[in-house]
Amino acid sequence: MFSYAGKILHVNLTTGETRTELLSETMAKQYIGGIGLGIRLLMDNSKPGTDPFHPDNPIIYCTGPLSGTMGPTAGNGYAVVSKSPATGGVGEAKAHGFFGPDLKRAGYDAVVITGKAPKLSYLWIDDDKVEIRNGEYLKNATVGDTDNKIRDELGDFYIRVSAIGEAGEKLCRFAAIINDEFRAIGRTGMGAVMGSKNLKAVAVRGTKDVNVANMPGFKEYIKMIHERMKGPATKKYKTLGTPENVLVLNSLSALATRNWTNATFEGANKVSGEYLNEHYVKKIVGCATCGMRCDHICVVPEGPYKGSTSRLEFECLWSLGPLCGVDRLDAVIEAMRITNEYGMDGISIGVVVAFAMDLYEHGIITKEQTDGIDLKFGNAEALIAIIHKIGKREGWLGNILAEGVAKAAELIGGDAYKYACHIKGLELPGYDLRTLKTAALGFSVSFRGACHLRNGAYSPDVKGKVNRFKIEKGRGKMITDESHMYNIIDSLIVCKFSRGTYYDGWKDLTNYYTLATGIPITVEEMTADGDRIENLARLFNIREGKGTRKFDDVPYKIKNFPVPDEGPAKGVCVSDEEMAIGLDDYYASRGWTADGIPTVERLKLLGLGDLAYIAEDAMKTAQANKDAKASAPVATVGGN
Amino acid sequence: MVRPQDRKFVTADPDKCIGCVVCEYACSMVNENTFNPNKSRIRAMRIGPLVNLAVTCRKCEDPACVAACPRDALKQECDSGIIRVDENVCNGCGWCISACQFGAMNLHPDKKIAFTCNSCTDNETKEPQCVKWCPEEALSFVSAETLSQKYRQKAVKNLFQTAEATKPQ
Repeated sequence: MFSYAGKILHVNLTTGETRTELLSETMAKQYIGGIGLGIRLLMDNSKPGTDPFHPDNPIIYCTGPLSGTMGPTAGNGYAVVSKSPATGGVGEAKAHGFFGPDLKRAGYDAVVITGKAPKLSYLWIDDDKVEIRNGEYLKNATVGDTDNKIRDELGDFYIRVSAIGEAGEKLCRFAAIINDEFRAIGRTGMGAVMGSKNLKAVAVRGTKDVNVANMPGFKEYIKMIHERMKGPATKKYKTLGTPENVLVLNSLSALATRNWTNATFEGANKVSGEYLNEHYVKKIVGCATCGMRCDHICVVPEGPYKGSTSRLEFECLWSLGPLCGVDRLDAVIEAMRITNEYGMDGISIGVVVAFAMDLYEHGIITKEQTDGIDLKFGNAEALIAIIHKIGKREGWLGNILAEGVAKAAELIGGDAYKYACHIKGLELPGYDLRTLKTAALGFSVSFRGACHLRNGAYSPDVKGKVNRFKIEKGRGKMITDESHMYNIIDSLIVCKFSRGTYYDGWKDLTNYYTLATGIPITVEEMTADGDRIENLARLFNIREGKGTRKFDDVPYKIKNFPVPDEGPAKGVCVSDEEMAIGLDDYYASRGWTADGIPTVERLKLLGLGDLAYIAEDAMKTAQANKDAKASAPVATVGGN
Repeated sequence: MVRPQDRKFVTADPDKCIGCVVCEYACSMVNENTFNPNKSRIRAMRIGPLVNLAVTCRKCEDPACVAACPRDALKQECDSGIIRVDENVCNGCGWCISACQFGAMNLHPDKKIAFTCNSCTDNETKEPQCVKWCPEEALSFVSAETLSQKYRQKAVKNLFQTAEATKPQ
């Protein structure tokens, strides 16, 4: 088994014990690595119903089979998996940069961390030497400072650090883990799980070789990908970058604005990719081993935020800009910079602030409750001020908003829930689901909550391949097929920006895998892996009581606030009837029951027979509920 | 006989280098048949997102590393300027590492002896592999003379920016 390290490290922070176990070839081939391996380890190393902040909830760092090789983009990734404090289901996110390869070179395919350190600590993995070290001097330090201080303390510039900021320490439910200053394990609150374990950072130095099975073949393969990366498939990322989407989505009435009040933004030209590149982008840099480059490093040249420097991509530009009604890129860059410093998810933070602004505009929260911040849409200073408060959990509102929109709406009460835009507890990313309805369906069934990257369902809508104002039969299969590809991409930990360079799709990916690992795999087998990972994640969510049909839904605002903007999208929103058609179609395409539960036969076929009991239990519960409902009308009549 | 000023070495353009370390991986792939930046003869430095540069041996004349070696394990090849390390003599003391002003001398993690750029040119391109693989075309294999010409040209062009701009296309 080449290019895998062949080893899983277990660390118990409570007792300080560490041990390693071997990674079997079967496990490697069935779950690949990254999120696939991570979710399986999460399932096997946790008990049902464990609170995400309980010491028993494991947090799992995974590398991919290609991490540490010269594979462009695949060589540099890692994934983190745990039970999410935002959704209560599967939490997972990936990051690239420079951290992943060192973890592989240190000799680990995964690190399973359980327990809770008695005081703030960090984990130091120096090849075979593993140590839990004092981290109290890093309390409330920014992610960047933590990185620098640890490298200073250990005395090696090339040590890689993956750390949380103040938000993670304070259990902000959308806290991120960040490496290399701005590369984030962003979504689903993995940083808060770190915080709950008193674990400030994982620092790693790996000096071992990573060898591939077929060096000449692998060399030819990466040469080909490097050549393709110079071509049209990556042009967008190397030129305007993802902020190009601002004007594209705006023209489609799909640029969610002012917390999904509007679907177009009058200030779009001032926050466009074109404007950003002309006025703020200083250099475009990239991650380790990457043959392309995408990191648009923006520097504010003048004004109150002069010198503020941050990487900016579409999602965060959108959430901190149009979604909050802010049309000033200097403020957006500063907002992004401090979001990274506190260590928060750049998508969720904008949705959280926009939610608070919506409540403020509707009089649900008052200026007294915002500590005097005039939290109107479009107020750039207010945006910055409230992010500081959330990052520190300061004041009544800052503390509540750090819980994320779903829990904040519960705590605020009244009509607040109507303005909370999330799926399963995870804040929506940058697409207006009212006018992109394949996306509405795709996001609703994503196992980690609202996410555009679990099945890429926005793509057929944006590219005009389907009628985007409608959910109809056939969309289910579209989403199912794509989800398998996305699961494999995240298990190989290939960067999604590079997915266009795999001209032959599955064939390219299987080839890549076999050249590196020496494990033969067919397209059918790899597709089945993608299917297995999807079903596994669903089973985890079902086990945790978050995985059935009623959780696959879109937010209140998407269903009840039609698009008011003039144009083809005027009056559009998503109906329950449409969602029902879509979900039936999707479940059918997966071979799941109408309640969204995988059947036992299906699970056995996928080699998940050992977990079929979870589906059986869920089906029994669903039946019992139906029986209770069937007898309910009699009781109701009697009651009335 | 190659004149010292015509010796070629690998240099990175600070405007183009992004610190992606593709050079490190290419180097270890070609010279060590594995993937391991610790065994690379060129190392990239990223000190913040805007400060990136790959560094390797510049084939200096009268190289300090050679002079510093107490065991005479290092020799400079006359024509190519390559620093050759006698593996039987070097004991990894690291004097050459502290002597090199560029941090271009390294200690091999397995062999525990000094190693640096060997200008691993192939017959096809006549360029070292890192230069060939650099996705940004930030690396070049040049002599001091061509390098100074390049920067001189750039400086003069900068000085006459206006004149350049008004030149008929």
